[in-house]
Amino acid sequence: MLPGETQLKNIADRVLAMSGAEQTEVLLFASHSALTRFANSYIHQNVEDTSVEVSVRAVAGKKIGVAGTNMLSDESLRAVVERAAALAAHQRENEDFRSLPSPRPVSRVDAWAQRTAAFGPEDRAAVVAAICDAARESKVTAAGAFRTSAAEVAVANSLGVFAYHRETNADINTTIMSGDSSGYASRLSMDVDAINGKAVAAEAIDKCLRSANPISLEPGVYDVILEDYATSDILDYLAYLGFGAQPYQEKRSFMSGRLGEKVVGENVTIWDDGLSPETMPMPFDFEGVPKRRVDLITDGVAKGIVYDSYYGGKEGKESTGHALPAGATYGPLPMNLFLKPGSASVDDMLSSVERGIWVSRFWYTRPVHPLKVIVTGMTRDGTFLIEGGKITSPIKNLRFMQSYLDALSQVEMISSETRLLHGMIGVSRVPTLKVKGWTFSGATEF
Amino acid sequence: MRDLVSRALDTAAQRGAAYADVRVVERRAQSITVRNQNVEGLTAEESLGFGVRVIVDGYWGFAGSYRMTLEEADYVASQAVAIARASSRAGGPQADIGPPEVHVDSYRTPFRVDPFAVSLDDKIALLLRVNEAMARVKSIVMAESNVYYQREKKTFGSSEGSFIEQDLVETGCGIEATAVDEGEVQQRSYPNSVGRHQGTEGWEFVERYDLAGNAPRVAEEAAALLTAKPCPAGTTTIILDGSQLALQVHESCGHAVELDRVLGTEAAYAGTSFLTTEKLGNFRYGSDAVTLTADATIHGGLGTFGYDDEGVPAQSTPLVSKGLFVGYLTSRETAAALGQRSNGAMRAHDFNRIPLIRMTNVSLEPGDWSLADLIADTDEGIYMETNRSWSIDQRRLNFQFGTELAREIKNGKLGDLVKNATYAGMTPQFWGSCDAVCSRDHWVVWGTPNCGKGQPEQIAHTGHGTAPARFRNVQVGLMK
Repeated sequence: MLPGETQLKNIADRVLAMSGAEQTEVLLFASHSALTRFANSYIHQNVEDTSVEVSVRAVAGKKIGVAGTNMLSDESLRAVVERAAALAAHQRENEDFRSLPSPRPVSRVDAWAQRTAAFGPEDRAAVVAAICDAARESKVTAAGAFRTSAAEVAVANSLGVFAYHRETNADINTTIMSGDSSGYASRLSMDVDAINGKAVAAEAIDKCLRSANPISLEPGVYDVILEDYATSDILDYLAYLGFGAQPYQEKRSFMSGRLGEKVVGENVTIWDDGLSPETMPMPFDFEGVPKRRVDLITDGVAKGIVYDSYYGGKEGKESTGHALPAGATYGPLPMNLFLKPGSASVDDMLSSVERGIWVSRFWYTRPVHPLKVIVTGMTRDGTFLIEGGKITSPIKNLRFMQSYLDALSQVEMISSETRLLHGMIGVSRVPTLKVKGWTFSGATEF
Repeated sequence: MRDLVSRALDTAAQRGAAYADVRVVERRAQSITVRNQNVEGLTAEESLGFGVRVIVDGYWGFAGSYRMTLEEADYVASQAVAIARASSRAGGPQADIGPPEVHVDSYRTPFRVDPFAVSLDDKIALLLRVNEAMARVKSIVMAESNVYYQREKKTFGSSEGSFIEQDLVETGCGIEATAVDEGEVQQRSYPNSVGRHQGTEGWEFVERYDLAGNAPRVAEEAAALLTAKPCPAGTTTIILDGSQLALQVHESCGHAVELDRVLGTEAAYAGTSFLTTEKLGNFRYGSDAVTLTADATIHGGLGTFGYDDEGVPAQSTPLVSKGLFVGYLTSRETAAALGQRSNGAMRAHDFNRIPLIRMTNVSLEPGDWSLADLIADTDEGIYMETNRSWSIDQRRLNFQFGTELAREIKNGKLGDLVKNATYAGMTPQFWGSCDAVCSRDHWVVWGTPNCGKGQPEQIAHTGHGTAPARFRNVQVGLMK
């Protein structure tokens, strides 16, 4: 179904041979992705698609043009090469551009499970049917999506870079609802056999049933237990707003000018590592530069930033292997984040809260002040009042307005368990947190 | 295209599909992004592919591919049927798409200047000039400008006999100045924030907005905001400019009236809606000043087209009439659930996605006020302009917005500059507090090219016609 390494290299070699630019880069994506979606406890959307993308970056001196196509004929490839070159010719010199990367050894990582690649519509439907059946048995309603995909990425350039990676991905999420409550669960793995639909259903159904008949609670400042689903949002915004070289160099990042300084609590350590088997590993970035671990915050101290070859070149630094595809204008970003687990059990964390709120997940979060990482959003799918170390009542959902940096300076306990979750831009492995003094600014009716 | 469409329809029927449609989408898109004096993004994309949607024994299936061969048409149609058969595994009601929609037609976006024909050198020179003007202002650390344009040729065929060809053009532009000083970051954007303003027009769209002429003001405002007073906290009257109001309409009305959300089919991701079906025709959504319409026929609107991606003609639908909730955005299937016909709101992000109910041009109808008179009529309040942040709950009730710029209103006059302005509310109470809307002289159809929905996620381009409007007793100043 997918082209395979040999065919992708063949396409890359053809493109490079067609190009007369001083330097040329070819980025190839191929994927076969299928998703079975359900709502009201039945399958209402069921889709699959096969796609391929070829992106060519042409360099003429310090002028760069990028063109893309999903057509693989010689005629189309020649056209995309010519388009990229024509764009470069019309460009202005970018004095900050140094060069496309030179070849460096790239390791291979195990990110493929044949079972996932072979998983078909009947297989997905069986898992979804089990979730829907479980929901019906509990007299609640299931919605969600189960996606399985197989993908390849290859990068080649005229300096001799060729890197190839293939991966499979299985991810499932479900939102279980009753008249006045809901619960959520999700799982992510390269191996579809690691996805247990019944366990996912059980987690979400339990949360839905326990959050029935919610009471209203006045907004205010509360200690919170943030489940991993909520913690991942904190990492997302630190990454998007602060860990990349672009906002850092433009002084728009909370890390700008603060490397070596304490920026959050000393019990907080965050890093990015695309090679770790504990993430969805990817050994190189979209320029073909090998990824390496980057310590971003260590024991509360700002330690590092992620770079691509362009932004690294501006500081005389090497790329850390975090380039996005050519043409993206966000700069380099971390896509395999980790927040260091602690030693607490979630039960002990709950027991330690005299009066607070249990947050299952956040919803529709948006930055209000990027430099201070002040974010607003809602709670969703299981929000509970904690009193005397016990959950005493479900509550109606609350709006918060909170600096994520301040929150990470107020972390009192961190769970030993972590979960791998999809983020805004990549994936993150995160624990559950207990945070002192989280600000809730409003409430909704459910 | 016609051969491939016919082949896919035939194969789907032979395999057992009671209904099938095929969409072929050919897209060209170019974007230019200039950051300070570097053209950091200069891209040209082309894509071509098709998708087949089927109903088999009452269940949906879909498959898409980039391979444009008759053999692939057979494969994709067969896969769609196999997927539909798998859909029955979890039971559930059978899909009912209502009476047939049969149209043989074509549509072309009317435009004056082909954006692809304008010289690249001229485009880049314009954006460099804009950035240079912004960068002259002290404290500006980043000046960014961009243009984007695309042309989509869509071919739609259905087993009911429809065959529709559309040639759709969009153009967008935006500039943004970011000022940084002493731990404060402020930005100003024009004509709109979050990237750009966009419409179904040609290059005349960019010319109309005079980016270079507005660049100095944009930068000066960003710099001035660094030392502006913070937004006071409290409850007061606010006047929202049209661009901010467009996003308010988008989030609190447009999404709330998507009938698929109401019927629960988006619960797993974007959520549901508080506008449940028993409210249709008898729920007070807003004040008498509030009339909202979905209209896919407005010239230049980003949500304008000839036919939606189910082959239903573009049309105008009242959603809220003088405050009363009267209509939804529908698809064939959701409309049938209410005994209605689709009002043509289904669109797909690309060939490889199924259509979902998306906003067309969901607009607040203009009132009678001039903005000057409205401000003069306001004793005390805050005028807010250009969105900076947005958030709303999953039933579209509790919301919070922030704007880039605000000004105090005292005794009917615009006063001090205010930064970090935020306001919050609950949708029906907020729209119930609207007591004045400005006239058509101030009415602009704002384009939102980044609306996310669906699993897998899709991005839709929507339009919202708005003029400035006033709202009473609104909570403001939520950022400490």
